[in-house]
Amino acid sequence: MNETEKFPTEALNSKSSSRRKFFSASAGIAGAAFAGRVHGQTLGDVPPRGLGDPLSGSSKRSAHVQLSRIPEAGPGRRNVDPSAAINSKTPLDKLVGTITPADLHYERSHSGIPNIDPAKHQLLIHGMTRNARVLTMDDIRAMPSVSRILFIECTGNGWENWKKADANLTVQNTHGLISTNEWTGVSLASLLDLAGVDRKSTWMLAEGSDGAGVARSIPLTDEVINEAFIAYGQNGEPLRPAHGFPLRVIVPGLEGNLHIKWLRRLKFGDQPFMTRWETARYTQVLPDGKARQFQLRQEVNSVITTPSGTMQIAPGYQRVTGLAWSGNGRITRVEVSTDGAKSWKDARLNMPVLPKAQARFETEWVWDGKPTKIVSRATDEKGQVQPDRESFIARMGTNALFHYNAQQTWSIDAGGRVSNALA
Amino acid sequence: MRSHNKLLMAAVAAGAVAFSAGAHDFGRAPTAAEIKLWDIDVRPDGAGLPEGRGSVTQGKVVFANNCAACHGANGQGGLNDRLFGGQGTLASASPVKTVGSYWPYATTLFDYVRRAMPHHAPGSLGHDETYAVVAYILNLNELVPDNATLDKASLPKVLMPNRDGFIPEPEFQNIKNSR
Repeated sequence: MNETEKFPTEALNSKSSSRRKFFSASAGIAGAAFAGRVHGQTLGDVPPRGLGDPLSGSSKRSAHVQLSRIPEAGPGRRNVDPSAAINSKTPLDKLVGTITPADLHYERSHSGIPNIDPAKHQLLIHGMTRNARVLTMDDIRAMPSVSRILFIECTGNGWENWKKADANLTVQNTHGLISTNEWTGVSLASLLDLAGVDRKSTWMLAEGSDGAGVARSIPLTDEVINEAFIAYGQNGEPLRPAHGFPLRVIVPGLEGNLHIKWLRRLKFGDQPFMTRWETARYTQVLPDGKARQFQLRQEVNSVITTPSGTMQIAPGYQRVTGLAWSGNGRITRVEVSTDGAKSWKDARLNMPVLPKAQARFETEWVWDGKPTKIVSRATDEKGQVQPDRESFIARMGTNALFHYNAQQTWSIDAGGRVSNALA
Repeated sequence: MRSHNKLLMAAVAAGAVAFSAGAHDFGRAPTAAEIKLWDIDVRPDGAGLPEGRGSVTQGKVVFANNCAACHGANGQGGLNDRLFGGQGTLASASPVKTVGSYWPYATTLFDYVRRAMPHHAPGSLGHDETYAVVAYILNLNELVPDNATLDKASLPKVLMPNRDGFIPEPEFQNIKNSR
């Protein structure tokens, strides 16, 4: 019998009586599970109060908290020297809620992080325009602003598991190329109006001031025109240099590489510009050798962050939690299986659940101590359901390298060790 | 500031998120010379290619001096990508994606070298040197002959083997800018 059936967990608005029943029924087990983690044995063991450190200009993390990203050079090439790294992954297993601290937002750059003086930075808007413009940062900050909480996800997120599953990976390794921040800036629509962009223009080239001059063609669909913006703010402060200071593109729901950092040029044209990144790099090779191009949308996805790879659990009560997201809009449902995808039950979605942002899901589970596998499966407001690995690989093959959104399985052995598995 | 305030009030009155009236109050017009300094992209039809020319022979020298340290003495790869070969591997278990086996447009190679290479000193090659090293890499892939010289007229005509190897996403095939 499935242990979880004894302790059903309803959605957020469930009757309080069933919630009470759950917690009372599992209290004995849960108490045992937590006892081992408490170090002070009595209240008398808690260190006495006293005068603390002086106030300061900015708050540091507690000395008892260690949070950092993992610089990586490619699939399987982790914890490399920072000079060899091409990205740096967010510690999803150690974060709570949905907002990523700005200094831990995942990082991907192609030619290092430029040191830009905002007083000297300028944005050129030209091409199929009636009124080409040069804007300073002061000009941009003077314009009406927009803010929105959004995920940005590298197209390479998940690439560790295309061909095989290294058992020792954490969720930071498997899914750490996504983060959610509040971004603030100026709407693309207002820039189109400002520059008098020709209605025959269908693609916009965005180009960075980094050494590589990373440039991507962005389609001027209604969705992009209505939702894209250029951002100078991140979680209430100016962008961090690693994330594009002083200015970057935000294209909600579409692949991270389009969110050009250190933005210095927008050029309007009537066809894609076919840069290296949209031809040779971020295209997905299919089993027949053809490649999908301009597969720009980040598909519906989810992952359990606790318990997850390399963690250790004890029999009994488990809080199972994770993150779900979709470039299509809101997450409407996340299901969790604790028996290797044989049966599923709905997890709760914690508020707020925002379109094109990460959503936090949670459920409770009582582990019986037998080896099993846990999996999550998200559904978005367009009805897209996160695929299982088998059907995903049948469609995309194992050479695509980018846009991996198959369900993530964590295997749990009899000793409670959690490890990365393909299915 | 006054014109900005007026503009904002107009936008609020209209209930509009974006705005149009008086939008020219922001920024300034660039000169043609300024735009030319920054307008470095090159399209598959050759739009954006500058004057200049370079040969395979010249490119071999440019490559040895600027590229070989990362891409190998003959472009076979090293610290960074291999630049030739791999034809026929895209449908195999281990595709080898190079300029010759994967890149759909020769113009993209010019665009990329000009904007991003060499990695430690992007923008340091002149137009002639860029044409030359592009010719050399295309020659490594047997796509232009040993005696080839490339310029803005001839480069877009180099047909790449994987030109038709890409399936554009249907969602972005027919775009109407409705703004």
